[in-house]
Amino acid sequence: MAKFVPSDVLVERALVGDSAAMARLMSRAEAATPECRPAFARLYQKAGQAHIVGITGVPGSGKSTLVSTLTLKLRAAGKRVGIIAVDPSSPYSGGSIMGDRIRMSALAGDEGVFIRSMATRGAHGGMARASLEAVDVLDATGFDYVIIETVGVGQAEVEIARAAHTVVVVSAPGLGDDIQAIKAGILEIADVHVVSKCDRPDANRTISDLKTMLTLGLSLSGGASWQPKVVPTSSAQGEGFEELITALDRHAQWMRSSSAGQDRLRHIAEFRMLKTAEDLLSQQFLATRKPALALISGQLSERRISPYQAAERLLAGFQLEGPA
Amino acid sequence: MTNKIRILLAKVGLDGHDRGVKIVARCLRDAGMDVVYTGLHRSPEEVVAAAVQEDVDVLGVSLLSGAHMTIFPKIIAGLKARGVDDIILLGGGVMPDEDVVALKKMGVHEVLLQDTPPNTIIQTIERLVAERGDR
Repeated sequence: MAKFVPSDVLVERALVGDSAAMARLMSRAEAATPECRPAFARLYQKAGQAHIVGITGVPGSGKSTLVSTLTLKLRAAGKRVGIIAVDPSSPYSGGSIMGDRIRMSALAGDEGVFIRSMATRGAHGGMARASLEAVDVLDATGFDYVIIETVGVGQAEVEIARAAHTVVVVSAPGLGDDIQAIKAGILEIADVHVVSKCDRPDANRTISDLKTMLTLGLSLSGGASWQPKVVPTSSAQGEGFEELITALDRHAQWMRSSSAGQDRLRHIAEFRMLKTAEDLLSQQFLATRKPALALISGQLSERRISPYQAAERLLAGFQLEGPA
Repeated sequence: MTNKIRILLAKVGLDGHDRGVKIVARCLRDAGMDVVYTGLHRSPEEVVAAAVQEDVDVLGVSLLSGAHMTIFPKIIAGLKARGVDDIILLGGGVMPDEDVVALKKMGVHEVLLQDTPPNTIIQTIERLVAERGDR
Protein backbone atom coordinates (compact mmCIF):
# COMPACT_ATOMS: atom_id res chain seq x y z
CA MET A 1 0.00 0.00 0.00
CA ALA A 2 1.13 3.53 -0.74
CA LYS A 3 1.94 5.84 2.14
CA PHE A 4 -0.05 9.01 2.78
CA VAL A 5 2.00 12.18 3.13
CA PRO A 6 0.11 14.95 5.01
CA SER A 7 -0.56 18.05 2.92
CA ASP A 8 1.37 20.39 5.23
CA VAL A 9 4.46 18.21 4.75
CA LEU A 10 3.90 18.42 0.99
CA VAL A 11 3.80 22.22 1.27
CA GLU A 12 7.20 22.21 3.02
CA ARG A 13 8.64 20.08 0.21
CA ALA A 14 6.96 22.09 -2.55
CA LEU A 15 8.36 25.36 -1.17
CA VAL A 16 11.90 24.01 -1.61
CA GLY A 17 11.17 23.03 -5.19
CA ASP A 18 10.03 19.40 -5.00
CA SER A 19 7.92 19.02 -8.15
CA ALA A 20 6.41 15.69 -7.04
CA ALA A 21 5.09 17.41 -3.89
CA MET A 22 3.67 20.27 -5.98
CA ALA A 23 1.97 17.77 -8.25
CA ARG A 24 0.49 15.81 -5.33
CA LEU A 25 -0.92 19.02 -3.82
CA MET A 26 -2.66 19.74 -7.11
CA SER A 27 -4.21 16.26 -6.96
CA ARG A 28 -5.41 16.96 -3.43
CA ALA A 29 -6.98 20.20 -4.68
CA GLU A 30 -8.81 18.24 -7.36
CA ALA A 31 -9.96 15.61 -4.85
CA ALA A 32 -11.20 18.41 -2.55
CA THR A 33 -10.22 16.54 0.61
CA PRO A 34 -10.81 18.70 3.71
CA GLU A 35 -7.39 17.56 4.99
CA CYS A 36 -5.61 19.84 2.53
CA ARG A 37 -7.49 23.06 3.37
CA PRO A 38 -5.02 24.44 5.96
CA ALA A 39 -2.13 23.64 3.58
CA PHE A 40 -3.82 25.59 0.79
CA ALA A 41 -4.52 28.45 3.18
CA ARG A 42 -0.77 28.65 3.74
CA LEU A 43 -0.04 28.55 0.01
CA TYR A 44 -2.61 31.31 -0.57
CA GLN A 45 -0.78 33.49 1.95
CA LYS A 46 2.51 32.92 0.12
CA ALA A 47 1.00 33.44 -3.34
CA GLY A 48 0.27 36.75 -5.02
CA GLN A 49 3.58 37.36 -6.75
CA ALA A 50 3.07 35.59 -10.10
CA HIS A 51 1.49 37.16 -13.15
CA ILE A 52 -1.52 34.97 -13.93
CA VAL A 53 -2.44 34.95 -17.59
CA GLY A 54 -5.64 33.31 -18.86
CA ILE A 55 -5.58 32.21 -22.48
CA THR A 56 -8.84 31.36 -24.19
CA GLY A 57 -10.29 31.16 -27.69
CA VAL A 58 -12.27 28.95 -30.03
CA PRO A 59 -11.16 25.31 -30.50
CA GLY A 60 -8.35 25.13 -33.03
CA SER A 61 -7.44 28.81 -32.72
CA GLY A 62 -3.91 27.84 -31.74
CA LYS A 63 -3.98 28.28 -27.96
CA SER A 64 -1.67 25.39 -27.06
CA THR A 65 0.86 26.27 -29.74
CA LEU A 66 0.77 29.92 -28.65
CA VAL A 67 1.31 28.90 -25.01
CA SER A 68 4.26 26.75 -26.08
CA THR A 69 5.95 29.53 -28.07
CA LEU A 70 5.16 32.21 -25.47
CA THR A 71 6.66 30.00 -22.77
CA LEU A 72 9.84 29.43 -24.82
CA LYS A 73 10.24 33.23 -25.12
CA LEU A 74 9.63 33.77 -21.40
CA ARG A 75 12.13 31.02 -20.59
CA ALA A 76 14.69 32.72 -22.82
CA ALA A 77 14.19 35.82 -20.64
CA GLY A 78 14.93 33.70 -17.55
CA LYS A 79 11.36 33.47 -16.28
CA ARG A 80 9.87 30.33 -14.74
CA VAL A 81 6.51 29.41 -16.22
CA GLY A 82 3.70 27.26 -14.85
CA ILE A 83 0.95 26.08 -17.16
CA ILE A 84 -2.48 24.77 -16.20
CA ALA A 85 -3.89 23.22 -19.37
CA VAL A 86 -7.61 22.49 -19.21
CA ASP A 87 -9.31 19.97 -21.47
CA PRO A 88 -12.96 18.87 -21.46
CA SER A 89 -14.33 15.87 -19.54
CA SER A 90 -16.69 13.49 -21.30
CA PRO A 91 -20.30 14.31 -20.40
CA TYR A 92 -21.05 10.56 -20.52
CA SER A 93 -18.22 8.75 -18.75
CA GLY A 94 -16.66 11.68 -16.87
CA GLY A 95 -13.29 10.62 -18.31
CA SER A 96 -11.05 12.76 -20.49
CA ILE A 97 -8.22 12.72 -22.96
CA MET A 98 -5.87 15.63 -22.31
CA GLY A 99 -3.60 16.33 -25.25
CA ASP A 100 -2.24 19.82 -24.66
CA ARG A 101 1.20 18.39 -23.95
CA ILE A 102 1.40 17.18 -27.55
CA ARG A 103 1.66 20.79 -28.79
CA MET A 104 4.06 21.68 -26.00
CA SER A 105 6.74 19.14 -26.90
CA ALA A 106 9.35 21.90 -27.18
CA LEU A 107 8.96 22.48 -23.43
CA ALA A 108 9.36 18.83 -22.41
CA GLY A 109 12.14 18.17 -19.94
CA ASP A 110 12.66 21.86 -18.99
CA GLU A 111 12.68 22.04 -15.18
CA GLY A 112 11.74 25.73 -15.33
CA VAL A 113 8.38 24.80 -16.81
CA PHE A 114 5.65 22.99 -14.89
CA ILE A 115 2.74 21.72 -16.97
CA ARG A 116 -0.36 20.30 -15.34
CA SER A 117 -3.33 18.99 -17.33
CA MET A 118 -6.76 19.30 -15.73
CA ALA A 119 -10.16 18.06 -16.89
CA THR A 120 -13.29 20.18 -16.56
CA ARG A 121 -15.41 17.55 -14.71
CA GLY A 122 -18.78 19.19 -15.19
CA ALA A 123 -19.89 22.40 -13.50
CA HIS A 124 -20.60 23.58 -9.92
CA GLY A 125 -17.41 25.57 -9.37
CA GLY A 126 -15.20 22.53 -8.74
CA MET A 127 -13.05 23.11 -11.79
CA ALA A 128 -12.54 26.81 -11.11
CA ARG A 129 -11.73 26.18 -7.45
CA ALA A 130 -9.30 23.34 -8.11
CA SER A 131 -7.52 25.04 -11.01
CA LEU A 132 -7.04 28.24 -9.02
CA GLU A 133 -5.62 26.24 -6.12
CA ALA A 134 -3.21 24.65 -8.59
CA VAL A 135 -2.29 28.19 -9.68
CA ASP A 136 -1.58 29.00 -6.00
CA VAL A 137 0.84 26.06 -5.81
CA LEU A 138 2.81 27.45 -8.77
CA ASP A 139 2.55 31.05 -7.59
CA ALA A 140 3.70 30.26 -4.04
CA THR A 141 6.64 28.18 -5.25
CA GLY A 142 8.16 31.03 -7.23
CA PHE A 143 6.90 30.72 -10.79
CA ASP A 144 6.99 34.15 -12.44
CA TYR A 145 4.13 33.51 -14.84
CA VAL A 146 1.24 31.10 -14.48
CA ILE A 147 -0.69 30.51 -17.69
CA ILE A 148 -4.18 29.02 -17.55
CA GLU A 149 -5.05 27.61 -20.94
CA THR A 150 -8.78 26.98 -21.18
CA VAL A 151 -10.75 24.57 -23.31
CA GLY A 152 -12.37 25.92 -26.49
CA VAL A 153 -14.89 28.75 -26.29
CA GLY A 154 -18.01 28.53 -24.10
CA GLN A 155 -19.44 29.77 -20.81
CA ALA A 156 -17.38 27.92 -18.21
CA GLU A 157 -13.94 28.76 -19.55
CA VAL A 158 -14.87 32.42 -19.83
CA GLU A 159 -15.34 32.20 -16.07
CA ILE A 160 -11.95 30.64 -15.45
CA ALA A 161 -10.22 33.15 -17.68
CA ARG A 162 -11.84 35.96 -15.68
CA ALA A 163 -9.95 34.78 -12.63
CA ALA A 164 -6.62 35.61 -14.31
CA HIS A 165 -4.89 38.98 -13.99
CA THR A 166 -4.60 39.29 -17.75
CA VAL A 167 -6.99 37.63 -20.18
CA VAL A 168 -5.72 36.81 -23.65
CA VAL A 169 -8.31 35.86 -26.26
CA VAL A 170 -6.88 34.08 -29.27
CA SER A 171 -8.62 34.54 -32.62
CA ALA A 172 -7.50 32.71 -35.72
CA PRO A 173 -7.89 34.14 -39.23
CA GLY A 174 -10.54 32.76 -41.53
CA LEU A 175 -13.31 32.42 -38.97
CA GLY A 176 -14.97 35.59 -40.35
CA ASP A 177 -18.60 35.43 -39.36
CA ASP A 178 -17.81 33.39 -36.28
CA ILE A 179 -16.10 36.42 -34.82
CA GLN A 180 -19.31 38.37 -35.29
CA ALA A 181 -21.23 35.57 -33.61
CA ILE A 182 -19.14 35.53 -30.43
CA LYS A 183 -18.75 39.28 -30.15
CA ALA A 184 -21.18 39.50 -27.24
CA GLY A 185 -19.29 36.85 -25.28
CA ILE A 186 -15.68 35.97 -25.16
CA LEU A 187 -14.20 38.93 -27.06
CA GLU A 188 -15.50 41.28 -24.37
CA ILE A 189 -13.30 39.80 -21.66
CA ALA A 190 -10.01 40.23 -23.53
CA ASP A 191 -7.27 42.46 -22.13
CA VAL A 192 -5.11 41.42 -25.05
CA HIS A 193 -6.38 40.10 -28.35
CA VAL A 194 -4.01 37.76 -30.12
CA VAL A 195 -4.58 37.09 -33.80
CA SER A 196 -2.79 33.78 -34.30
CA LYS A 197 -1.50 32.18 -37.50
CA CYS A 198 -0.56 35.60 -38.95
CA ASP A 199 1.63 33.94 -41.53
CA ARG A 200 -1.68 33.32 -43.30
CA PRO A 201 -2.76 35.87 -45.92
CA ASP A 202 -6.25 36.43 -44.51
CA ALA A 203 -4.94 37.51 -41.10
CA ASN A 204 -5.16 41.25 -41.87
CA ARG A 205 -8.92 41.02 -42.17
CA THR A 206 -9.18 39.54 -38.65
CA ILE A 207 -6.80 42.14 -37.22
CA SER A 208 -8.78 45.02 -38.70
CA ASP A 209 -12.12 43.47 -37.64
CA LEU A 210 -10.92 43.34 -34.04
CA LYS A 211 -9.46 46.84 -34.09
CA THR A 212 -12.73 48.19 -35.53
CA MET A 213 -14.73 46.43 -32.83
CA LEU A 214 -12.50 47.94 -30.14
CA THR A 215 -12.89 51.51 -31.46
CA LEU A 216 -16.67 51.07 -31.37
CA GLY A 217 -16.48 50.43 -27.65
CA LEU A 218 -14.23 53.36 -26.77
CA SER A 219 -16.98 55.94 -26.35
CA LEU A 220 -18.45 54.08 -23.38
CA SER A 221 -15.35 53.55 -21.29
CA GLY A 222 -13.69 56.12 -19.08
CA GLY A 223 -10.08 57.28 -19.35
CA ALA A 224 -8.80 55.10 -16.51
CA SER A 225 -9.91 51.83 -18.04
CA TRP A 226 -7.55 49.52 -19.84
CA GLN A 227 -7.57 49.74 -23.64
CA PRO A 228 -7.26 46.20 -25.02
CA LYS A 229 -4.41 45.62 -27.45
CA VAL A 230 -4.48 43.62 -30.65
CA VAL A 231 -1.29 41.59 -31.14
CA PRO A 232 -0.70 39.57 -34.33
CA THR A 233 1.43 36.45 -33.77
CA SER A 234 2.75 33.55 -35.75
CA SER A 235 3.70 30.61 -33.57
CA ALA A 236 5.11 28.83 -36.62
CA GLN A 237 7.55 31.67 -37.31
CA GLY A 238 7.94 32.88 -33.73
CA GLU A 239 6.74 36.39 -34.63
CA GLY A 240 4.85 38.84 -32.46
CA PHE A 241 5.88 37.38 -29.13
CA GLU A 242 8.02 40.33 -27.94
CA GLU A 243 4.95 42.50 -28.55
CA LEU A 244 2.75 40.00 -26.70
CA ILE A 245 5.08 39.91 -23.68
CA THR A 246 5.20 43.72 -23.67
CA ALA A 247 1.39 43.86 -23.74
CA LEU A 248 1.19 41.36 -20.85
CA ASP A 249 3.72 43.33 -18.80
CA ARG A 250 1.94 46.63 -19.47
CA HIS A 251 -1.32 45.12 -18.35
CA ALA A 252 0.30 43.79 -15.17
CA GLN A 253 1.68 47.29 -14.55
CA TRP A 254 -1.81 48.76 -15.08
CA MET A 255 -3.26 46.25 -12.62
CA ARG A 256 -0.75 47.29 -9.96
CA SER A 257 -0.99 51.03 -10.46
CA SER A 258 -4.64 51.84 -11.25
CA SER A 259 -7.67 51.80 -9.00
CA ALA A 260 -9.53 49.91 -11.73
CA GLY A 261 -6.81 47.28 -11.55
CA GLN A 262 -7.20 47.03 -7.78
CA ASP A 263 -10.97 46.65 -8.24
CA ARG A 264 -10.24 43.82 -10.63
CA LEU A 265 -8.16 42.03 -7.98
CA ARG A 266 -11.07 42.31 -5.56
CA HIS A 267 -13.42 40.90 -8.20
CA ILE A 268 -11.05 37.96 -8.68
CA ALA A 269 -11.08 37.33 -4.93
CA GLU A 270 -14.87 37.50 -4.90
CA PHE A 271 -15.03 35.08 -7.83
CA ARG A 272 -12.82 32.59 -5.98
CA MET A 273 -14.88 32.85 -2.84
CA LEU A 274 -18.13 32.26 -4.73
CA LYS A 275 -16.70 29.36 -6.76
CA THR A 276 -15.34 27.68 -3.63
CA ALA A 277 -18.67 28.17 -1.85
CA GLU A 278 -20.50 26.79 -4.90
CA ASP A 279 -18.26 23.73 -4.90
CA LEU A 280 -18.71 23.09 -1.16
CA LEU A 281 -22.45 23.56 -1.49
CA SER A 282 -22.80 21.18 -4.42
CA GLN A 283 -20.60 18.52 -2.80
CA GLN A 284 -22.64 18.57 0.41
CA PHE A 285 -25.91 18.81 -1.47
CA LEU A 286 -25.21 15.78 -3.65
CA ALA A 287 -23.85 13.82 -0.69
CA THR A 288 -26.98 14.32 1.41
CA ARG A 289 -29.79 14.66 -1.14
CA LYS A 290 -28.96 11.95 -3.66
CA PRO A 291 -31.72 9.51 -2.53
CA ALA A 292 -34.33 12.29 -2.58
CA LEU A 293 -33.09 13.39 -5.99
CA ALA A 294 -34.00 10.06 -7.60
CA LEU A 295 -37.39 9.93 -5.89
CA ILE A 296 -38.45 13.50 -6.70
CA SER A 297 -37.19 13.41 -10.29
CA GLY A 298 -39.30 10.27 -10.75
CA GLN A 299 -42.39 12.15 -9.61
CA LEU A 300 -41.50 15.01 -11.92
CA SER A 301 -40.95 12.69 -14.86
CA GLU A 302 -44.44 11.23 -14.34
CA ARG A 303 -45.82 14.82 -14.32
CA ARG A 304 -47.33 14.38 -10.86
CA ILE A 305 -45.57 17.55 -9.72
CA SER A 306 -44.22 20.63 -11.50
CA PRO A 307 -40.53 21.51 -11.92
CA TYR A 308 -40.87 24.26 -9.28
CA GLN A 309 -42.56 21.91 -6.81
CA ALA A 310 -39.86 19.33 -7.44
CA ALA A 311 -37.11 21.88 -6.84
CA GLU A 312 -38.79 23.12 -3.66
CA ARG A 313 -39.09 19.57 -2.30
CA LEU A 314 -35.49 18.86 -3.15
CA LEU A 315 -34.25 22.00 -1.41
CA ALA A 316 -36.58 21.66 1.59
CA GLY A 317 -34.68 18.73 3.06
CA PHE A 318 -31.23 20.29 2.75
CA GLN A 319 -29.31 21.73 5.67
CA LEU A 320 -25.84 23.14 5.06
CA GLU A 321 -23.30 22.01 7.64
CA GLY A 322 -21.50 24.71 9.52
CA PRO A 323 -17.70 25.08 9.46
CA ALA A 324 -15.79 22.19 11.00
CA MET B 1 -15.16 13.12 -3.58
CA THR B 2 -12.28 10.85 -4.59
CA ASN B 3 -10.10 11.44 -7.60
CA LYS B 4 -10.52 9.69 -10.90
CA ILE B 5 -7.73 7.41 -12.00
CA ARG B 6 -5.12 9.55 -13.80
CA ILE B 7 -2.96 7.90 -16.42
CA LEU B 8 -0.18 9.19 -18.66
CA LEU B 9 0.10 7.41 -21.98
CA ALA B 10 3.43 7.87 -23.69
CA LYS B 11 5.19 6.98 -26.92
CA VAL B 12 8.95 6.89 -26.51
CA GLY B 13 11.76 7.02 -29.03
CA LEU B 14 11.63 6.37 -32.76
CA ASP B 15 8.17 4.85 -32.91
CA GLY B 16 5.57 6.55 -35.08
CA HIS B 17 2.73 4.08 -34.59
CA ASP B 18 0.16 5.65 -32.31
CA ARG B 19 -3.16 4.19 -33.45
CA GLY B 20 -3.01 1.59 -30.69
CA VAL B 21 -2.27 4.08 -27.92
CA LYS B 22 -5.07 6.34 -29.15
CA ILE B 23 -7.55 3.45 -29.05
CA VAL B 24 -6.42 2.64 -25.51
CA ALA B 25 -6.77 6.34 -24.55
CA ARG B 26 -10.31 6.35 -25.88
CA CYS B 27 -11.23 3.14 -23.97
CA LEU B 28 -9.85 4.53 -20.72
CA ARG B 29 -11.68 7.84 -21.23
CA ASP B 30 -14.90 5.89 -21.73
CA ALA B 31 -14.14 4.01 -18.51
CA GLY B 32 -14.14 7.38 -16.72
CA MET B 33 -10.39 7.88 -16.37
CA ASP B 34 -8.42 11.09 -16.93
CA VAL B 35 -5.89 10.34 -19.66
CA VAL B 36 -2.93 12.58 -20.50
CA TYR B 37 -1.31 11.76 -23.83
CA THR B 38 2.24 12.96 -24.51
CA GLY B 39 2.37 12.56 -28.28
CA LEU B 40 5.12 10.83 -30.23
CA HIS B 41 8.92 10.69 -29.98
CA ARG B 42 9.46 11.51 -26.29
CA SER B 43 12.60 10.64 -24.38
CA PRO B 44 12.41 8.48 -21.23
CA GLU B 45 13.48 11.51 -19.13
CA GLU B 46 10.70 13.67 -20.60
CA VAL B 47 8.11 11.00 -19.91
CA VAL B 48 9.24 10.61 -16.30
CA ALA B 49 9.16 14.40 -15.76
CA ALA B 50 5.67 14.58 -17.25
CA ALA B 51 4.43 11.68 -15.10
CA VAL B 52 5.71 13.44 -11.97
CA GLN B 53 4.18 16.83 -12.86
CA GLU B 54 0.87 15.24 -13.78
CA ASP B 55 0.94 13.11 -10.57
CA VAL B 56 -0.51 10.15 -12.42
CA ASP B 57 -1.52 6.87 -10.83
CA VAL B 58 -0.37 4.95 -13.88
CA LEU B 59 2.33 5.49 -16.51
CA GLY B 60 1.57 3.49 -19.64
CA VAL B 61 4.29 3.25 -22.26
CA SER B 62 3.36 1.93 -25.69
CA LEU B 63 6.20 0.46 -27.72
CA LEU B 64 6.00 -1.17 -31.12
CA SER B 65 9.56 -0.45 -32.17
CA GLY B 66 11.33 -3.31 -30.37
CA ALA B 67 13.26 -0.89 -28.15
CA HIS B 68 11.43 -1.90 -24.94
CA MET B 69 14.47 -3.59 -23.34
CA THR B 70 16.42 -0.32 -23.73
CA ILE B 71 13.69 2.16 -22.85
CA PHE B 72 12.01 0.59 -19.80
CA PRO B 73 15.25 0.40 -17.74
CA LYS B 74 15.75 4.13 -18.38
CA ILE B 75 12.20 4.95 -17.29
CA ILE B 76 12.54 2.81 -14.16
CA ALA B 77 15.88 4.47 -13.35
CA GLY B 78 14.35 7.92 -13.94
CA LEU B 79 11.45 7.25 -11.56
CA LYS B 80 13.86 5.88 -8.95
CA ALA B 81 16.16 8.90 -9.30
CA ARG B 82 13.21 11.18 -8.51
CA GLY B 83 12.20 9.09 -5.52
CA VAL B 84 8.89 8.08 -7.09
CA ASP B 85 7.62 4.78 -5.70
CA ASP B 86 3.86 5.00 -6.13
CA ILE B 87 3.39 5.29 -9.90
CA ILE B 88 2.26 2.04 -11.52
CA LEU B 89 4.29 1.33 -14.67
CA LEU B 90 2.60 -0.50 -17.53
CA GLY B 91 3.99 -1.64 -20.85
CA GLY B 92 1.91 -2.08 -23.97
CA GLY B 93 2.46 -3.12 -27.55
CA VAL B 94 4.26 -5.93 -29.32
CA MET B 95 7.00 -7.73 -27.37
CA PRO B 96 8.35 -11.30 -27.19
CA ASP B 97 7.07 -13.38 -24.25
CA GLU B 98 10.54 -13.83 -22.72
CA ASP B 99 10.98 -10.04 -22.70
CA VAL B 100 7.68 -9.67 -20.85
CA VAL B 101 9.07 -11.89 -18.09
CA ALA B 102 12.28 -9.84 -17.98
CA LEU B 103 10.39 -6.51 -17.92
CA LYS B 104 8.23 -7.63 -14.99
CA LYS B 105 11.35 -8.74 -13.15
CA MET B 106 12.94 -5.31 -13.59
CA GLY B 107 9.87 -3.51 -12.19
CA VAL B 108 7.22 -3.08 -14.89
CA HIS B 109 4.00 -3.91 -13.03
CA GLU B 110 2.18 -5.39 -15.99
CA VAL B 111 2.65 -5.80 -19.73
CA LEU B 112 -0.46 -5.71 -21.91
CA LEU B 113 0.28 -7.09 -25.35
CA GLN B 114 -1.40 -6.25 -28.64
CA ASP B 115 -4.19 -8.82 -28.28
CA THR B 116 -5.39 -7.64 -24.83
CA PRO B 117 -9.15 -6.93 -24.84
CA PRO B 118 -10.07 -3.36 -23.76
CA ASN B 119 -11.98 -4.58 -20.70
CA THR B 120 -8.92 -6.47 -19.50
CA ILE B 121 -6.85 -3.27 -19.79
CA ILE B 122 -9.42 -1.34 -17.76
CA GLN B 123 -9.76 -4.07 -15.11
CA THR B 124 -5.99 -4.46 -14.81
CA ILE B 125 -5.54 -0.73 -14.22
CA GLU B 126 -8.40 -0.56 -11.71
CA ARG B 127 -7.03 -3.58 -9.84
CA LEU B 128 -3.44 -2.27 -9.68
CA VAL B 129 -4.59 1.16 -8.47
CA ALA B 130 -6.83 -0.45 -5.83
CA GLU B 131 -3.94 -2.66 -4.66
CA ARG B 132 -1.68 0.37 -4.35
CA GLY B 133 -4.34 2.16 -2.32
CA ASP B 134 -4.90 5.87 -1.65
CA ARG B 135 -1.90 8.13 -1.42
